Amino acid sequence: MMSVLNQGIQGTQLLLSGSTDNLGFYIEGYAKFNLFGQTVYITTTHVCMTFVFAILVIFAILANRTIKKADPTKPPTGFLNVIELLVETVDNILVSSMGPKYGPKFANYVGSLFAFLLLSNLSGLIGFRPPTADFGVTLPLALITWVLIQYNGIKYQKWGKLKGLFEPFFVFFPINVISEFATPVSMSLRLFGNLFSGTLMMSLVYGLIKVGSVSLAIAWPAALHAYLDVFSGAIQAYVFIMLTMVFTYNAIGDES
Amino acid sequence: MEGITSEAFVLGCSAIGAGLAVIAGIGPGVGQGIAAGYGASAVGRNPGAQGTIMSTMLVGQAVAETTGLYGLVVALLLMFVKPLMP
Repeated sequence: MMSVLNQGIQGTQLLLSGSTDNLGFYIEGYAKFNLFGQTVYITTTHVCMTFVFAILVIFAILANRTIKKADPTKPPTGFLNVIELLVETVDNILVSSMGPKYGPKFANYVGSLFAFLLLSNLSGLIGFRPPTADFGVTLPLALITWVLIQYNGIKYQKWGKLKGLFEPFFVFFPINVISEFATPVSMSLRLFGNLFSGTLMMSLVYGLIKVGSVSLAIAWPAALHAYLDVFSGAIQAYVFIMLTMVFTYNAIGDES
Repeated sequence: MEGITSEAFVLGCSAIGAGLAVIAGIGPGVGQGIAAGYGASAVGRNPGAQGTIMSTMLVGQAVAETTGLYGLVVALLLMFVKPLMP
């Protein structure tokens, strides 16, 4: 008992002293090079994102070949069934939250966003540091979504978008502007906070629970992975695309 | 203040601040509980709509979680980035 306690206190000192090399939740730089006078690092985020994109591209190529070879007169079989299921799921989510008129237009963005987020969030399962646990990934994603929201608002509402900033009356203009800019901040911080807290908790479990030099984290942290990586990751990916769709549909502002 | 370096003092205060920051978790806890309770009663009244209620509830809970995560982010910043360190 005393040794466990002692180890725990040492672990805490390790955390506070900043020498956290063996904890494994920091973004690590593997290689660095100079680009236009700036030092740029290849980090764990880049490595994991490369894997995620490789999986997605391979899947897309396989799916494309299967679809080209498919015979439209016969019922789909095997892999084609899986592809159809995925496409129909994304279409159903879009139609149910944006309506049949605008929903299918955003299938490209929302579908690929969901695939990327889901694979990134699940990549913690195979020992990667999830790329979405890096604020440098979630902020650009949220900014892309924000640009999409603003673009669609101006495209469909024209001057109504600008007028909407002065509602209910003109005193509310600063508050409305702040709430417009709060959207990407809250979306990116939500995703980042969830994934980073999951990564942090898992690495604390793996790194700090020790008796002597023997780690006690054998097999049972799989249950924590099921919650922190699979459940939380899937929910957050779903929430991100859901908020994208809801905000975009609100910006379109078509109630019919 | 004899024998305490200013670095150790800032570290201690940062740790206390991090602990205070995660008190923000109370709000999302209450909110998520309320959402889950109403979700359960909605399923009780209308078991056919369980899928829709479930997804709506989970999205609402994930949004309610955001304020708690802000507290967590502040705590993590205080613990690991140490912005107050002289």
